[in-house]
Amino acid sequence: MAVWARLAAPCGWLRAAGLLGLRSRGGAARACCGAAPLPALRSAHRLPPWRLRVSVADCAQPSRAKGEACAPRSSLPVAVKQEQAAPETVSDLSAAKLYEDWDDVPPSSALEEISEEEAVKIIADPLLPPQSSTLRDYVDHSETLTKLVHLGVDLSQVEKRQKAGQLLLTLDFEKDITKILLFLKDVGIEDSQLGPFLTKNPYILGEDLEALETRVAYLKSKKFGNAEITQMVSRAPYLLLFSVERLDNRLGFLKNELGLSVKKTKDLVIRFPRLLTGKLEPVKENLQVCQVEFGFQRNEVQQIAFKTPKILTASKKRLRQTFDYLHNIMGIPHNMLTRFPQVFNSKLLRIKERHMFLIFLGRAQYDPTQPSYISLDQLVSLPDEVFCTEIAKASIQDFEKFLKTI
Amino acid sequence: MEKTKQWGWSPQWRKCCRGRKRKNTLHPHKERQHLPVAAEQNRQRWLFAVYKPPGVAWNRVRDAVETRLLRELNAAPAWPPRSRIRFLPAASAGPPGLVAVRVPVLAEHRLVRGPRFTQLKIGAGHRLDVKASGVFVLGVGHGNKILSHLYNCHLSKVYTVRGQFGKATKDFSDTGKLIEKTTFDHITREKLERILAVIQGTNHKALLMHSNIDMKTQEAYELAVKGLIRPMGKSPPIITAIRCLQFALPEFQLEIHCLHETQQYLRKIVHEIGLELKSSAVCTQVRRTRDGVFTLDDALLRTQWNLQSIQNAILNCQLRVKTEIEKTMSHWDGTCAPGGTSTSPLG
Repeated sequence: MAVWARLAAPCGWLRAAGLLGLRSRGGAARACCGAAPLPALRSAHRLPPWRLRVSVADCAQPSRAKGEACAPRSSLPVAVKQEQAAPETVSDLSAAKLYEDWDDVPPSSALEEISEEEAVKIIADPLLPPQSSTLRDYVDHSETLTKLVHLGVDLSQVEKRQKAGQLLLTLDFEKDITKILLFLKDVGIEDSQLGPFLTKNPYILGEDLEALETRVAYLKSKKFGNAEITQMVSRAPYLLLFSVERLDNRLGFLKNELGLSVKKTKDLVIRFPRLLTGKLEPVKENLQVCQVEFGFQRNEVQQIAFKTPKILTASKKRLRQTFDYLHNIMGIPHNMLTRFPQVFNSKLLRIKERHMFLIFLGRAQYDPTQPSYISLDQLVSLPDEVFCTEIAKASIQDFEKFLKTI
Repeated sequence: MEKTKQWGWSPQWRKCCRGRKRKNTLHPHKERQHLPVAAEQNRQRWLFAVYKPPGVAWNRVRDAVETRLLRELNAAPAWPPRSRIRFLPAASAGPPGLVAVRVPVLAEHRLVRGPRFTQLKIGAGHRLDVKASGVFVLGVGHGNKILSHLYNCHLSKVYTVRGQFGKATKDFSDTGKLIEKTTFDHITREKLERILAVIQGTNHKALLMHSNIDMKTQEAYELAVKGLIRPMGKSPPIITAIRCLQFALPEFQLEIHCLHETQQYLRKIVHEIGLELKSSAVCTQVRRTRDGVFTLDDALLRTQWNLQSIQNAILNCQLRVKTEIEKTMSHWDGTCAPGGTSTSPLG
């Protein structure tokens, strides 16, 4: 290793060729002299010792941990030791052949003093920074990161997470990451989805494979099918980070709080697995708000939670505003809201605008017993054009003109 | 004028410059400034108006417009990343050695660097409070400077205000705490219009006083003929014109042209009209129909907050904004301009 480094000393063009990219050992020197696509800056410049150290270290470990302080001072003795260790390997190669192509300049020691002019002329390219807040500085020098980018992982998002970037740099692609990726493929996540999945949850790459397999086995023991497990894992990427007992506790909590049967709870969790991975207090509080503040009965709350589980994780302020407008201003009774709970998921502004347009036209009729009844889910879920033509029986231009008058 | 959060020397801005020690890439901030509006070398007046719906704060509207524009700008195809030459070990089949290979520089890949645009400087013109709605002027990039010039032109704004007789509340609007209820059967349209004429008269006197012009000069006459008499500096709220559009007891609708006002001041005017008519009134709606040169037709609805519509709106309004600023500034440049800027806005 140090052979090539020492022979490279008189050859300045290696510096320009991007020294850090070179990886091969012994035969490199011969090939270097043969292939010279970039202009050869032949000079008697010697590489400073820290330069030698970096090239050696980079060849050995392409992925270095962030935050590892690499003080140039400490590299000197290392380089010197490698220099001194060099003579053992030189005898293996045919030194005469090697020296043929060079000028008759004997290789100089790295510790030799050089003049001021020579020192000033040495171009110092930036090294790999020992500390960085972004993965951009390391992605070109790390095989792991390069392969992750080719997979589709968004490193700009990952580096914002706590300690995720550090984790990725310490892992090796062949040894650690490949088996987790194969495990995820077994679970059922497609290749195109692996990138976004890892962007949302990079910590799974540092997990123990046996632990992950135990958790999947636990889910299968609870009679979740393979396709259902795939759906749950892809919709809630953090699911497999939870230990078996935590998952068990959360499933039990949901079943007790909602009061639904086992089959219904499982169905709910398959459709909305974020309930398992999110916080549990807001779920409890939202249930209280629905029962106490809004005045729904227990069975009505269960029905609403089963149909639209998103209400359980919605913000209370938004829920209160929406319910206030629907019940007090639009005058919709509780039983209608239980039949169409998807109105709670839609934007309040949309409901307001459409309701005021229907009042202006005289078509605001939400009672199914009366004629020309408009159901709440049609009010909320249809796109603007369909709403205008089918429900309001007006043109979209009229709707836009009306919007500018409220 | 309101400007967005300053990103000049913030840590986020500096971070994107880090590691950019290559000679053949554009400065990352120059990339951000290239908004795709045609003929940008003419220092465009990038102003447009949106329709602010009631019940939403003005900064939420500004943020929503910024988010939508950023989403569209980032969705545009980016340039392919730069490539560089690397010497990699040759394939095992061929002779051993190093082969020169052209590989892309992944540090500039979209997945590593992040989205091209993370912020846009969108400034807001005259603000609207939460309950009010109407024309809300926004400026993009260079338009922010034009916003301050427009502010210094002191152009009047037009509101339609709906009121309701019979109630008085604490904050003069119909959602506030009720204080008293009164009868209103004695109110007629003539009485209302008499009160409005009195208001207009007192405000006209205030207008002449605050515009700091000596009424006995020829110059004052010329200004009055052109309609340019208005305070060109700070002044209390002044109503230049007020008239009744609709009158159907207990509700009524007024059109108010005013300067330097706030929407709460207009609600207070409605309350005072109620008191003058020996009854009480609350304000149910305050809606701005015109802000300077921007009318309701120029205002973009929520469904139209996309890049193409905004570009069209900007191009439509440019000429009008330019002529209005020129008209005001050219008149006041020669004479003393209290409160105006000394730098020319027509850069």
